[in-house]
Amino acid sequence: MNEKYYNEMELMICAAARIFEDGVSVSVGTGVPCAAVMLSQKLYAPNILILFEAGGIAPLLPSMPISVGDKNTMYKALQTTSVSDAMEMNQRGLVDYCFLGGAQIDMYGNLNSTIIGSHDNPKVRFPGSGGANDFASSAWRTIIVSPHSSRRFTNNIDFITTPGYLKGPNAREEAGLPQGTGPYKIITNLAVMNFDNDERRMALESVHPGVSIDDVVKNTGFELLIDEHIKQTEPPGEDELKILRNEVDPYRVVIGKKAQ
Amino acid sequence: MDTIGELLGYEDPDKMRGFFRKKSKKLENKIKKLPDAVSEFVAESDYMAIGGFGLVRIPTAFLHEVIKQQKKVATCAFFTSNYDTDLVLINGMMKSVDMSYGIALEALGSPKVLRKYFENGGIKVTEWSNGALAWRYKAAAMGLSFLPVRSMLGTDTERYSAAKEIICPFSGKKYLAVPALYPDIAVIHVHEADMYGNAHIKGVLVADVDIAKAAKKVIITTERMVDTEYFRNNPQNTTIPFYLVDAVVEIPYGSYPAEMPYEYLFDIDYFKRFLQAAESDETFDRFIKENIYECKDFYEFISLNGGVERIKELRNLELGLKGSSL
Repeated sequence: MNEKYYNEMELMICAAARIFEDGVSVSVGTGVPCAAVMLSQKLYAPNILILFEAGGIAPLLPSMPISVGDKNTMYKALQTTSVSDAMEMNQRGLVDYCFLGGAQIDMYGNLNSTIIGSHDNPKVRFPGSGGANDFASSAWRTIIVSPHSSRRFTNNIDFITTPGYLKGPNAREEAGLPQGTGPYKIITNLAVMNFDNDERRMALESVHPGVSIDDVVKNTGFELLIDEHIKQTEPPGEDELKILRNEVDPYRVVIGKKAQ
Repeated sequence: MDTIGELLGYEDPDKMRGFFRKKSKKLENKIKKLPDAVSEFVAESDYMAIGGFGLVRIPTAFLHEVIKQQKKVATCAFFTSNYDTDLVLINGMMKSVDMSYGIALEALGSPKVLRKYFENGGIKVTEWSNGALAWRYKAAAMGLSFLPVRSMLGTDTERYSAAKEIICPFSGKKYLAVPALYPDIAVIHVHEADMYGNAHIKGVLVADVDIAKAAKKVIITTERMVDTEYFRNNPQNTTIPFYLVDAVVEIPYGSYPAEMPYEYLFDIDYFKRFLQAAESDETFDRFIKENIYECKDFYEFISLNGGVERIKELRNLELGLKGSSL
């Protein structure tokens, strides 16, 4: 098979879907995170517990939701509850993963989805935290998906909406956030990154097929930690693509979009 | 961390105990016509809270009537909001708002002309997370002045909020105290209600139970009326009880073009037209004029956008009937 049998969006979703062990709990929103969790539910983790912040708990997602509160997020759900209940599940330590996107991200995995420019007179106003801050504060592990560019991956983020490792080792605990939580992996259209180091900084884990380490470096506005053993991301398998295209996102709501 | 956001919607809990003491707990007929509910209950000094989740189970008909009557509210919580608070922005005049999520229709995009209100510094935002605003309502629902939570700590969301850090007297841990939010008026759209205001919501509750407990005035808009025997025989279905409610307005399809779970799906074509119109002031003004000001009532608005035929399609989509697709 040549390299063009899948697109960047499909690769990101498949790479993310493989992270979840069967039986884990995940707080998600719409878009790529939702597609990845649905694929995982159908292929790798049939017992994954999916939580939507509007209150849809343990649904059997029939297709991609458009709103975090729409009918798909409560389709055959085992519970419909409230925002505070969903967030309290996170706060009690019941949620293994949360899965987020963001407009800007820095080397500690802090995310901006609030403004570009100054807060009181912004150049661009984004929607704000939504549930992202709550999830990333209290879920054990945060997974982030984002297009990869030096504009987005920058240490000059205008606003920390959602906490990564804040200013580095122990900063989360000093701020009062629950112990042992924080960003786990970042998946972009170029690479997978992690924070498995004492400095709590973003480190390259694997590059996608056809992407060089240099491509990743050029598109990252800060210094990435890179050791000598960088693997290649496993490309999407036939099974993954079949289920993703036919069952998860038949209307190409997510996989039909450009990753950039 | 010191916080610099403006504190909005806060009241002293003893003042609120006094307020709630005087609220009528009688079983009274609270049915109102939509225009009367808006003119009698919405005041210009109000902090408004809106039920539902942006594209799902929002009181659209009520908010359209607020616009038609050119009632301006002082402020509003942009909480899990999108089309609902977009409508509140149309009347303008708000100087400060609480915001955890707003001015975007989630995956569908963002209405440019309304975003500009914030981008020229015209509206000051106090930042929150969705959890924090839900807990602010919950603190009020509990009759308290704050709740300790573990969100927002260490971020700019905390800095631009009006929360305060505290130390837990038991564990010694740092928590964030989020202040109680007692809105002046709450508007919540439900599946069924009786004349006294007992209300049943199906599916996700978002924060509506706590909002109804926290608000000074509660307006229920309902898809259909039911007899009180329905609640007497199924009291577990009383999502919001009568003693919290001030007015009940029967308005079938009252959430359209948003979704009503188990009844009808959101009208994605309408929202695309709305976003397209919101690209310029001129097209947006015309769109609002046609869809709101020039419609004699909410059903003329629905007729303008496809009427009963469109509602039928949206119902089939919601019910997942074969042959229906987005």
